[in-house]
Amino acid sequence: MTHKVGLYIHVPFCLSKCPYCDFYSVRYSREEAERYADALIRNIKHYEREFDSVYFGGGTPILLHEHIAEILKAADITEDAEITVEANPCLAIPEFLDDLRRAGVNRMSFGVQSMNADELLFLGRRHSMKQAENAVRNSHDAGFENISADMMIGLPGQTEDKIKHTAEAIAELGVTHISAYILKIEENTPFAQSRPELPDDDRTADLYLYTAELLEKLGFMQYEISNFAKPGYECKHNLKYWRCEEYLGVGPAAHSYFDGKRFCVAQNINAFMNHQNEVITDDAPGGWDEYAMLKFRLTEGITYEEAKRFGKRDEFIRKAEKLPRSLVNITDRGVNLTKEGFIVSNSVISELVF
Amino acid sequence: MSDKSYLDEIRNFCIIAHIDHGKSTLADRILEQTSTVAQRDMEEQLLDNMELERERGITIKARAVRLNYKSDDGNTYVFNLIDTPGHVDFNYEVSRSLNACEGAILIVDASQGIEAQTLANTYLAIEQDLEVVPVINKIDLPSAHPDEVKTEIEDVIGIPAEDAPLISAKMGINIKEVMERIVTDIPAPKGDPDAPLKALIFDSYYDSYKGVIVYVRVKEGSLKVGDRIKMMATGAEFQTVEVGYMGATNLVPADELRAGEVGYIAASIKSIGDTKVGDTVTKCDAPADEPLAGYRSVNPMVFSGVYPADGSKYGDLRDALEKLRLNDASLTFEPETSIALGFGFRCGFLGLLHMEIIQERLEREYNLDLITTAPSVVYKIDKMNGETITIDNPMNFPDPSEIKQAYEPMVEAHVYAPSDYVGNIMELCQQRRGVFKDMKYLDKTRVDLHYDLPLNEIVYDFFDALKSRTRGYASYDYEFKGFVPSKLVKLDILLNGDVVDALSFIVFADSAYPRARKITERLKEHIPRQMFEVPVQAAVGGKIIARETIKAMRKDVLAKCYGGDITRKKKLLEKQKEGKKRMRQLGTVEVPQEAFMAVLKLDDDA
Repeated sequence: MTHKVGLYIHVPFCLSKCPYCDFYSVRYSREEAERYADALIRNIKHYEREFDSVYFGGGTPILLHEHIAEILKAADITEDAEITVEANPCLAIPEFLDDLRRAGVNRMSFGVQSMNADELLFLGRRHSMKQAENAVRNSHDAGFENISADMMIGLPGQTEDKIKHTAEAIAELGVTHISAYILKIEENTPFAQSRPELPDDDRTADLYLYTAELLEKLGFMQYEISNFAKPGYECKHNLKYWRCEEYLGVGPAAHSYFDGKRFCVAQNINAFMNHQNEVITDDAPGGWDEYAMLKFRLTEGITYEEAKRFGKRDEFIRKAEKLPRSLVNITDRGVNLTKEGFIVSNSVISELVF
Repeated sequence: MSDKSYLDEIRNFCIIAHIDHGKSTLADRILEQTSTVAQRDMEEQLLDNMELERERGITIKARAVRLNYKSDDGNTYVFNLIDTPGHVDFNYEVSRSLNACEGAILIVDASQGIEAQTLANTYLAIEQDLEVVPVINKIDLPSAHPDEVKTEIEDVIGIPAEDAPLISAKMGINIKEVMERIVTDIPAPKGDPDAPLKALIFDSYYDSYKGVIVYVRVKEGSLKVGDRIKMMATGAEFQTVEVGYMGATNLVPADELRAGEVGYIAASIKSIGDTKVGDTVTKCDAPADEPLAGYRSVNPMVFSGVYPADGSKYGDLRDALEKLRLNDASLTFEPETSIALGFGFRCGFLGLLHMEIIQERLEREYNLDLITTAPSVVYKIDKMNGETITIDNPMNFPDPSEIKQAYEPMVEAHVYAPSDYVGNIMELCQQRRGVFKDMKYLDKTRVDLHYDLPLNEIVYDFFDALKSRTRGYASYDYEFKGFVPSKLVKLDILLNGDVVDALSFIVFADSAYPRARKITERLKEHIPRQMFEVPVQAAVGGKIIARETIKAMRKDVLAKCYGGDITRKKKLLEKQKEGKKRMRQLGTVEVPQEAFMAVLKLDDDA
C-alpha cells in the first residue's frame, strides 16, 4: 500500500524574533517573500506524490498569505487533506484569512502562548490578549472551524491560577485544539543570555500535570505529550511524525522522512532559493529505538502487535513490567505512558528501549 | 689492572628527595654531564620512563644507570646511580635499593626544607651505614633560604651540612661540585670477586624477549654467562643467559659481573614472582652459606574490589592485571564476585598510592573503565570457636555473634608541618582515633607530630584532609606497627531496600553512626533521581541507623518535537544510551560510577 504523504512547508520569515525561539527565521521583506514562494513552487512541483496533509510552519507563514494558493496548486493534494497555516494572532486580519481560506487552507494554528499580559510581555510576543481573541473570531468569520492555539507552561512565577486563566480563555474562544508546551531555554536565543529564572523541575512537573488535567476537563483530550484536542480534531499532519509515517519538507531547515531516509535542508534561505540541498541525517531510519521514541509520545502508545513487528514483543513487555505503574499503563493491547510518565518520558522510553 | 683498583673506581649511590625537590632533574643533569646520553636521546626525567611517573613527578619503580665520570683527580669513575621510589608505600623497595649503595645524595629544596618522606628515607640510609651527602637545590628561587636549610639538616638529621653544594638542577648550577663530592665523599664498594656469589636483587621487570630482567648489586663473588644461579629465598634455579650493565637508554651486555658492581641478569625467567626484591642470587655449584640480611616478603596492606564498568571486559581486566603483575610482584589479585558489580578482582596493594597508580595504569594503559570499591585494610578476628581469621573483604565479615575479639592494624605516623598548624593536625588525628605520642620541633617553625593511628582511618582520605588543614604544607609518613584489639562492625548500605554488597565496609563501632549519616548523604547527592523514590539506608547488623531519600525524578521530557525534526530527540536518546552504560544497575537503582568513589571522600573540610 502506498500511503499518503505529509507535506511540510517552512516559511522562515518573522517580523521580529521571540526571545525563546531557536527556529530558523529571517527578517521579512515583500520582495524576498515573493522570490521565496517561487522557489517553494519549483521544488514542490518535483514531488510526484499525493499529499493528504500540508503544514505551513515557521517562522510566520501567514506572511506568505498572497502566495499560499499558488503554492498549494503546485502540489497534488487530496480532497480531504488537512491544510494548516501557523500564524501570529496579530496578523490574523480578515483579508489575510480570506486569502488562506480561498486557497483551501482549513486549519489555523495560533501562537497565543498566554492570556496573561505579564507573561506575554515576558515572552516578547507582539500580540495582546485582545488580538488573540480577534484572531480566533476572525478565523471563524472567514469560515475556519478547525483552530489550534499554543500555550506555554513553566514560565517564571507561573501559578496554577494563571494557567487556568489562559486555558479557560482559549477554550472559551472556541478552538478545537491546544498545544501546551513547556518552555525550554534553547542555546543561541536571547533567553540563553538573560537566563530567566524558571520554575524548578518539581514545580514544572506540577504545572504540566495540572494543565493536562485541566485541559481534559475543558474537553480537550490529550493525545500527545504536548497536544490536546476535541475528539476528531487531532492534528493529522503532526500525527505522521509520531507514527513514523512519511513526510516531505520544503524550505531551509525543513526535515523529511521519505523513501527510507531522513534528510533535511540546509538552514540557509539564499542557498535554498538557488537549489534545495538535502543532507541525509539518517540513511537507515525506522528502527525500534526510533519508533518507540516517537510512538510513545502518543497516548495510544505501542501495541504488542507493533512491537512484534520489530521482534521486540517479549523484551518490551518484560521491560515495561519493571516500571512503576504510575508511569506506564499496561493493557491487553499494549503499553502507553501515563501523564506522569509523559513528563519523565525521556527516561521511561530509554528504560523501555535500552 | 689489579682487582683492587677496579673497586676503587666504582661509586654506587642513590638520590633521596621529597616529591618536587628535584631528584629527577638532578639525575637528568648528571646523565648529561657524564655524556651518558646523547643530546638527541635526552628527554626530561629520563629515569622515570613510565608515562605516569613523568606526569606525577614521582618514581614508582627503582631504576639504575651506569655512568662514566672523568674526575678532576684525573681518574675515570664508574657511577652507578640507583633511582629509588620516594613514597612510603614502597618503603621496602627503597630500603633494598639503598642497600645496593654505599652513599646517598640528599636533595633538600632550599625554600621548603626537609619533608617527612625525605627524613624517613634519610634515616633508612643512615641505618644502613650509607654516607649521606646533602645537596641544597633550587637556590635560584627568590624564596630560597639555604642557610636555614643547612641548619635544619644539621639539627634534624644530625649530619654536617656547612659545605653542602648549593645547586640548581634546573639551571645546571654547580652540578660539577656534586659529581666531585660523589667521588670524594662516597666510599668505594668492598667485596671479594672470588668469594661465593651473593647478589642483592633490588628490582626486576618483565621483558617479552628475554624474560624477567633482574637488577642486582653484586656484594660478593662474580657471575658469568652460563653460570647456574639460585634465588636463595624462593629456591628457583636458572641458567644465566646474559649479564651486563644498565646504560641510560639500553642494556649493555658484559662478560661478567663482579663484587661491587651493579648490573642485570637475564636467565629466561618466566615469572617475576621468582625474583623477589631483597632476595639473594647465588651460584648453584658454589653457593653462599647464607643470604644477605634483611629479606622479607612484602604483604599488601590495602585491598579493594576492582570491577570492569562494562561486565564483558572481565577477561580484559584479568589480562591487564596479569601483565601488570609481571612487573610488580607486590600486586596481588584474586577473582571476586559481587552481586552488585558482577565479576571482578580483589586486589591487594602496598598502600593507597600504589592502589591509585595501579588503577590509573589499568585505565590508561589498558583502556579499561573501572569501578573500585572502598579500600579496606586487613583485620584479624578471633572467633568464638577458637579460630583466628584475617579479613580483607567486608563481604567475609562474620556475624557479630561469632566474634570474640576483633583486631585492627595500627601505624606509627609522623606528620611534619609548620607549627602554626599543630592545632588543626591534632584535631584531625584525634578525629581519626589517633593516639598522641610526642611532638618535636624540627627548627624554630616546624614540628614533627608523632601519632599512632589506625590504618583504616588513613586509607580513605587522610592525606587530603591533612593537606586541606595545613594549606598543603604538611607531609606525613607511616610505618606498620601491629594489630590492636578494636570494636569493629560491618556497615551495610541499602538502596531501595536491597543491600549493595559492594558498598559495605568495616568500621570502628563508635564511628558507625556518623559515617553512616555521611555516606547516605553522599549517595543521595551522587545518585541521580530515578523514576521512583529511592530510600538510601545504612545498617549495622540488620538495624537501620541512617536514612536519606532520593526523591523521584519529576521532569525529563522534550516537550516539543517540531516540524518533523527528530534529530535532537535522537541525539538525546543516544546520550541516554551512553549514560546508561556508565551506570550500574544495583537491584532496581541505577548508580553512576562516581558514586562509588564519592562515598570514600568523607572529610567535611576537604
